[in-house]
Amino acid sequence: MNFELDMAQCLLRDNLDNFLARQYRFEARRQIVLGEPGWQPTLWRRFADELGLLGAGLPEQAGGSGGGAIEHMLVMEAFGKALVVEPYLECCVLAAGVLARSPGDAATALLARIAEGSAIVVPAWSEPVGGVATQARRTPDGWQLDGRKAVAVAAPWATHLIVSAQVEGTTGTSLFVVPRQAQGLALQSYPTIDGRRAADLECAGLALTAEALLGTAGASQALLEQMLDEGAAAVCAEALGVMARLHADTLAYVCERRQFGQAIAGFQVIQHRLVAMHLKIELARAATVFASLSLSKTARERALAVSTAKVTVAEACRFVAQNAVQLHGGMGMTDELPLGSYFKRATAIEREFGDVDHHLRRHARLERVAA
Amino acid sequence: MSDEVFTRDLCSWLDANLPASLCTAMPEDEIPWGGSRGRFPNPDTRRWMDAMAARGWTAPTWPRMYGGGGLDATRAAILQQELRRRGARPALFSFGLWMLGPVLLEYGSEAQKQRFLPPIVRGEARWCQGYSEPDAGSDLASLRTKAVDAGDHWRVDGRKIWTSYADEADWIFCLVRTDTGRKHGGISFLLIDMKSPGISTRPIRLISGSSPFCETFFDDVAVPKEHLVGPLNGGWEIARKLLQYERQNVAAAGFGGELKRIEARARQLFGIDAQGRIADAALRERIAHADMYEYATRLTMQRAQREVDAGQASSASSVVKYAAAHANQQHYELMIETLGYEGLGWQGAPYETESLEQTRKWLRSKGNSIEGGTSEINLNVIARRVLGLPGGA
Ligand SMILES: Cc1cc2nc3c(=O)[nH]c(=O)nc-3n(C[C@H](O)[C@H](O)[C@H](O)COP(=O)(O)OP(=O)(O)OC[C@H]3O[C@@H](n4cnc5c(N)ncnc54)[C@H](O)[C@@H]3O)c2cc1C
Repeated sequence: MNFELDMAQCLLRDNLDNFLARQYRFEARRQIVLGEPGWQPTLWRRFADELGLLGAGLPEQAGGSGGGAIEHMLVMEAFGKALVVEPYLECCVLAAGVLARSPGDAATALLARIAEGSAIVVPAWSEPVGGVATQARRTPDGWQLDGRKAVAVAAPWATHLIVSAQVEGTTGTSLFVVPRQAQGLALQSYPTIDGRRAADLECAGLALTAEALLGTAGASQALLEQMLDEGAAAVCAEALGVMARLHADTLAYVCERRQFGQAIAGFQVIQHRLVAMHLKIELARAATVFASLSLSKTARERALAVSTAKVTVAEACRFVAQNAVQLHGGMGMTDELPLGSYFKRATAIEREFGDVDHHLRRHARLERVAA
Repeated sequence: MSDEVFTRDLCSWLDANLPASLCTAMPEDEIPWGGSRGRFPNPDTRRWMDAMAARGWTAPTWPRMYGGGGLDATRAAILQQELRRRGARPALFSFGLWMLGPVLLEYGSEAQKQRFLPPIVRGEARWCQGYSEPDAGSDLASLRTKAVDAGDHWRVDGRKIWTSYADEADWIFCLVRTDTGRKHGGISFLLIDMKSPGISTRPIRLISGSSPFCETFFDDVAVPKEHLVGPLNGGWEIARKLLQYERQNVAAAGFGGELKRIEARARQLFGIDAQGRIADAALRERIAHADMYEYATRLTMQRAQREVDAGQASSASSVVKYAAAHANQQHYELMIETLGYEGLGWQGAPYETESLEQTRKWLRSKGNSIEGGTSEINLNVIARRVLGLPGGA
């Protein structure tokens, strides 16, 4: 595949790697994750002010630098390497992607606030039983929402949420911007297995203004699907960083750990295992780059490329993470090394934005349609 | 008494003594570990343990004179079968039962058997395993914790690591160096009271969130001479024998058996098709596959058990350990898939505590291919000892 980063992209990546190496050390991260609020709002502002990171993938009219999928990919990979919990994915990829494609000044204004770091916008699309059961009713002043959302990652940190709902009288999905402080919105927050925060949302008589609706009522299903594909591609990129770190740490460990009078790296079984991990990461990288480049193609091409990447990456995550633990022996089971946290993030990524079965089914369905 | 009469008596005894609350899935905190610090949040657990122990059925095949059940292989199998049929939880979980007891029966002195076996059967003494050291994991025989002859006692100094439940145990069986000149031939097998002055433990947190692991320190610990098992410097043979029992028994104890629950969850999550099957074909096939693998593993375990009952530690034990570790890990991968998004919640998530418990068990299952000898080492053992392939360590 012909793919080269341009100068600005190289610079973005290198600056970010350097910044995180200094400002996002693992021990400090551990303390942040265990404490409250579980992330660093001041660091978020520095992402915007010092690195111009938050607008890297956003359009110029919204204060961004006009980048797109490749910028997202670079940021997510770097975030994976440092195991960053701050909500770039939720806010700058998912929510910003939706807002950038939504007409109206309100959407553009909110996008500009994302780029400058003053608004944290987070989507809440999944529900306890799948589908969209949340209902939106027209009222004289705008809208009223009732329903529940499950596991909205980063929602506890949000200033705004983008909530999917079904508008009465329509069949498709609609998306609404909901201020965090809105009356009738309740969050139940909790940590996730990988050290993030998520919330279950309850909307009960949640009143919104007329402008809260993004786009046309009932016409946002395609937008939501595109958002989910962009999310899947982004976590694939994040996984590349996570797996690179797991592989590097394991490689270093087997070279240093001695048993039977030699470094265990000398055993062929161990060498082959590290090579197998490396091969999976290489395949995952190829599939991820292709998926990122395909995000702007037709819905079908995009879906095929994203499903291919998600399955390849999920299988790599499982193999690489489990073998990283295995090759560390007893050390691998402790919570004392960074390894354990990377392991948990890798396994969470396996399941986010559709697990292997989901993407296999979708791929099989689309391929059959073509034939 | 014929086997039929035995079975009939057994069934009526079980009807009378097996509490219904113990025929359910066992939560982590209700595992009947026994010992002087034993906790029984459900009093039935205690009742069940005591009732089984009184008959010697916590150690069904051990001789009656040491508190065991004195059953032959056939009746032990009948007992297992009836317990499984009723979905009964094990009456006692114990390193003493699974690991130490079998080697004491073979290598212990008469006085050691009389002193140490009955409290194991009754669940009164909880044991932990002092094998691994920071620099002696897979290469166990390079261990350095030393025991020096101090006249009327041994003096022990050194450090063990990954000692499961050291902070809960009453006793530890330990591999110690008694001759620095020879590697395998300089190791002895020693029983040490955890209350001895000079022993301390430091818990190590696991990725599953709890900390059943410890680092165990020995600082000038005095151990009575008569707590040496087998000959001086003859500990390696005992250590290896114990590992075989461990691989086999720990594999059996921790093994699967919850596929029914996975299926039930999968039905909830994906719904059922017209024939009443789990609607998702791919998941259905994976569950079927896991079922078959678990079944084949269980049969192999039973064969290994028969060999052990016939008096020889089974060469199938490494096969069983490897297969059971694999099966258990697959099992929890399936479990976590059927939890869907609930599998991502951690402390305080609004989900059933059961989901959280399954998530922790899934993380813990990653240790199955490490504890008791790693899967790589097991494969090495099978290659050398079973297939007769050449090689060093
Ligand atoms: C959950 C759990 C509970 C445990 N409980 C106890 C306990 O109660 N008491 C106790 O004494 N110990 C206990 N252990 C320790 C366990 O026995 C050791 O972790 C295990 O023997 C491996 O040793 P190590 O951790 O030093 O790994 P290492 O020996 O350093 O191995 C690291 C990696 O190298 C591989 N390797 C090493 N040598 C070779 C080789 N020759 N060929 C190929 N690959 C090789 C291993 O397979 C592993 O993948 C427990 C471990 C776990 C995970």
